Amino acid sequence: MTACLDISNLSATLSNGQRVLRSVSLSVEPGEVRALVGESGAGKSMIGKAVLGVLPPSVKIVEGSIRLEGADLGALSAKERRRVIGAKTALIPQDPLTALNPSRRVGPQMTDRLVHILGWAADRADKRVRQLLDEVHIREPDRVMRAYPHELSGGMRQRVLIAAAFAAEPRLIVADEPTTALDVTVQKQILRLIAQLQKEHGTAILFVTHDLGVVAKISQKVTVLYAGKVVEEADTAALFADPQHAYTRALMAATPKYTDPLASLMPVDEAVLAGLAAEIAIADHDWRPSLDRKSGHG
Amino acid sequence: MADARALPRRRFDARLVLAGGWLLVALLAAIFAPLIAPQDPLAQDLLFERLPPFWMQGAEPGFWLGTDSLGRDLLSRIIYGGRVAFIVAFAAAFAACIVGSTLGLIAGYFGGWADRIISRIVDIWMAFPPVLFAILLVAVFGTGLSSVIIAIAVIDWTRFCRVIRAEAMGQSRMDYVENARIAGFGRFRIMLSEVLPNVLPSIVALLSLEMGIAVIVEAILSFVNLSISTDDPTWGGIIAEGRLSIHQAWWVLVFPLITLFLTVLSFSQFGEGLKARFDPVLR
Repeated sequence: MTACLDISNLSATLSNGQRVLRSVSLSVEPGEVRALVGESGAGKSMIGKAVLGVLPPSVKIVEGSIRLEGADLGALSAKERRRVIGAKTALIPQDPLTALNPSRRVGPQMTDRLVHILGWAADRADKRVRQLLDEVHIREPDRVMRAYPHELSGGMRQRVLIAAAFAAEPRLIVADEPTTALDVTVQKQILRLIAQLQKEHGTAILFVTHDLGVVAKISQKVTVLYAGKVVEEADTAALFADPQHAYTRALMAATPKYTDPLASLMPVDEAVLAGLAAEIAIADHDWRPSLDRKSGHG
Repeated sequence: MADARALPRRRFDARLVLAGGWLLVALLAAIFAPLIAPQDPLAQDLLFERLPPFWMQGAEPGFWLGTDSLGRDLLSRIIYGGRVAFIVAFAAAFAACIVGSTLGLIAGYFGGWADRIISRIVDIWMAFPPVLFAILLVAVFGTGLSSVIIAIAVIDWTRFCRVIRAEAMGQSRMDYVENARIAGFGRFRIMLSEVLPNVLPSIVALLSLEMGIAVIVEAILSFVNLSISTDDPTWGGIIAEGRLSIHQAWWVLVFPLITLFLTVLSFSQFGEGLKARFDPVLR
């Protein structure tokens, strides 16, 4: 069975030559939820953007490949790549406040892709979106679809975006910290909703987050990232039961526990960070990018 | 919830109503000038020269705002002058708006080379002093209504270009633009269907402001006798004539000035009011 998403040996640099991704390999099987954890700046969102073809212009992919259901994105023309990404993937974004166009009504924003990219008839798209709105427990689809985004609460908007992401039946959804911008009380509902829809639709999800609590709840597999390098990769249960890498253990120790919130807040140990820096220095020293592909996925 | 939010939208907006009201009155007067104007604006009568406005001693009935030094009725001249003012305001502002907004949108959304080229052109363009530039252009094209309109559009498109470029640039970094990219939409379509609606309130406000500016520039050009032919009354032309007889007949200078002032102010306030009303985030 071909993997839904297969990233192999992916390296990316900024225009000043600084490496932001260091030979990252990871794959997501169909229907699987793969969490991508790391602190901010670890490159986890960058991987999501690379998969979706929206890397900022300053970031160049210098080696490695991204395959969506076997199709090598780097080998496709820009237009083909857009088509493949548009047909197979969707994004659940981090900030529901800026992810909807403020001057357009919600309904057309949800049906746009179905009608104009996938070529559905308007009434079929409309029906589909209503069905999805029902699945995310929105009781008044008419009002929501007629509303402008600012007339909806943050949680409502995130539900709308989740519905929109699942509406086109993508094979892979990239969820980029989808609960970070929300209220703690809403976070849990949204997380449960994503998990529920994922199960019903059998969609693979690449779940980018910095929150290990979220990882434990939603994912089957975890990739831990530090400074653009994969530090550890494991089944979620195995990772929490027996973390192999010192950095993973330190991350777990740094996660607040509700029973004793203050005592458990441990910063990552200096020695662990020094060890990581050494690992990265060694990797960079041996690294010779095979410059067969100069341009990244634009 | 929806009702509570809809409330401020229906609130009476004095600024919008007053500015719009004045513009409507002035526009209707200009359109129906032959029906409204009490006198022929060109008819000279040396017996009636420099009649004062109606409330002063020596006023004649029928000459509400008095007459100028050739005995022409001032009110009728101001009403007819509004025709030129409004034609120039609409035509020049729309021309400047279309050229400037299109280039600004392209520069702001596409960035890169398109932005560099367009921005450099704007920088160079704005280095010319606008009024001298206008006089130069009219001197080249020859006087007449269309050359005044062209001159104003050629000078003032940069105003739209700058503002719309900056706005489009900000909007292009928004997540919903990235979302549309992921969905598979082309850049051109995203520019028109995602970015344009968000800069439209600014375009409307600028358009109205620009109409006011066009009225002023037209008045300046007719003040220096470079607008349309001297026979037809224009506000700038009346002001220029009034300047010569200010000690004998101040009203010839003051009334067209007040009209000009109110019109320009109304255009800018009307634009701001519209922007506030159209912008889904502000309202």
